[in-house]
Amino acid sequence: MSEITPELVTHLASLSRIDLSPDEIASLTTELGQIVDSIAKVSEVATAEVPATSHPIPLTNALRADVVGETLTQEQVLQNAPEQQDGKFVVTAILGEEQ
Amino acid sequence: MSELIRLSAAELAAKLSAGEVSAVEATQAHLDRIAAVDGDVHAFLHVSDSALETARGIDERRAAGEQLHELAGVPLAVKDVLVTTDMPSTSGSKILEGYMSPFDATVVERARAAGLIAIGKTNMDEFAMGSSTEHSAYGPTHNPWDLTRIPGGSGGGSAAAVAAFEAPLALGSDTGGSIRQPAHVTGTVGVKPTYGGVSRYGSIALASSLDQVGPVTRTVLDAALLHDVIGGHDARDSTSIPESWVLMAAAAREGQSGEVLKGLRVGVVKQFSGEGFQAGVEQRFAETLTLLQGAGAEIVEIDAPHFEYAVAAYYLILPAEASSNLARYDSVRFGLRVHPQGGGTVEDVMAATREAGFGPEVKRRIILGTYALSSGYYDAYYGSAQKVRTLIQRDFNAAFEQVDVIASPSAPTTAFKLGERINDPLAMYLNDITTIPANLAGVPGISIPMGLAPEDGLPTGLQLMAPARADDRLYRVAAAIEARLESGWGHTLISQAPALGGK
Repeated sequence: MSEITPELVTHLASLSRIDLSPDEIASLTTELGQIVDSIAKVSEVATAEVPATSHPIPLTNALRADVVGETLTQEQVLQNAPEQQDGKFVVTAILGEEQ
Repeated sequence: MSELIRLSAAELAAKLSAGEVSAVEATQAHLDRIAAVDGDVHAFLHVSDSALETARGIDERRAAGEQLHELAGVPLAVKDVLVTTDMPSTSGSKILEGYMSPFDATVVERARAAGLIAIGKTNMDEFAMGSSTEHSAYGPTHNPWDLTRIPGGSGGGSAAAVAAFEAPLALGSDTGGSIRQPAHVTGTVGVKPTYGGVSRYGSIALASSLDQVGPVTRTVLDAALLHDVIGGHDARDSTSIPESWVLMAAAAREGQSGEVLKGLRVGVVKQFSGEGFQAGVEQRFAETLTLLQGAGAEIVEIDAPHFEYAVAAYYLILPAEASSNLARYDSVRFGLRVHPQGGGTVEDVMAATREAGFGPEVKRRIILGTYALSSGYYDAYYGSAQKVRTLIQRDFNAAFEQVDVIASPSAPTTAFKLGERINDPLAMYLNDITTIPANLAGVPGISIPMGLAPEDGLPTGLQLMAPARADDRLYRVAAAIEARLESGWGHTLISQAPALGGK
């Protein structure tokens, strides 16, 4: 019994910034429902006393001295920009009309 | 076909240092092979136009008497997930089409410093999400053993390139089996090192707690030689293990005598058999165990009760991490930008770009990961998956108290047909059942050829796993088994692959 609905997928798509088509929302609703049903079994063995592991090899934070290292030039940073002007990235309006 | 391309990297390297062959000749032979067969195989997304020039430079340095690395002049194929300054890096995605990195990945930088010749970038499932390369935005790679079948994935391009003799060495990345499963289906060798053993700097991120870069080759010794070039601590990767490693090539050479098999305790996971496992794969695995016993090894059945939850945990952790990592494709600093009809805000441009630039599997996993991380579901899904990760590590720890290595088939079946599972994500995910536990626990794994399945004549692979940091043990044992198997067959497995290109 899946809790994945078209409304939920639409909401997740909006959070993910992907403008899914209605067809994609329909097929993803079905597919995600099947996938979630099959992976929900992790909760069977994940009891309260088991600690979580986020990282396979325990390491403490790797820090370096706070000194200037090798950096990219401005030209290198901008070389793949879709649009640039005066050494900066160009984007369209940040705020929409209703904002 | 030039005989040069049939040589292992170690053999070719010996001829190069003896001056019998030049780096230009070696590189040209492989470029010719690519020109002859890659139309059918499609292992490469890009072939270098500067490889010959680089090779000429190696020849000149050698002629001038410079002491070069033993692999100097040997061609190398590079998975497109690794960024390179001289060739585009797309990670198999339209969203990065034409992307030129301002720096080399550490592994590429180290390979170049050793004099390896980067000859091209290999095909892969988009952002390494897949087990067949069918999710590449640039079309699938074909298995050199049967062009109608998948070469594995996500690193199908690198595996197919070495299997088709287009390169003796390749680099791959393994998040849930993307080096080992392609090795299994193409009759080649692939290694996922201990997590943190090889730098991930410049490897386009899929799931940062799982990704690991490793060698893709035709022999165990070649993999060890390449591992020694790319491995070791890198300050630019905060997950890199700060310790020194023994030489893997020395371990592989030592292993070839077979001494290591005497008294070796080999664990067999009882959960890795039965349903879903092809009869011919199980048969070759059983025969390999018999061979190991004959060589003095002891076979021990291992109970790993939580391995059956590994695929489920993986398909929560990976999408969760991927949904975060792939947020960087925002159309602002690099990559594709698509303007929606009638214009819009930067957010609308972002959503239109990601809709146009990502393929179906990438969208599926981003949405799944966003769901697993969302408020109200986090504990049940992502939190539980992280606990399963602990339980799987405990299963490994318990096993390695009893055995030196764990053995299994590298994948449940031989290469399936292109198209067969493309519309069935769950069937595709289950293909990784044998390889995923090693990624969740961070332990190293290797896949080596273990014969052709009798029912379809396609390659099968033996996976060996060792405790974290014991990568050298894998090379020692794998080299011993490889030598035993090949002396039994009377030839290498890859020598049985069909000729390509009508020749």
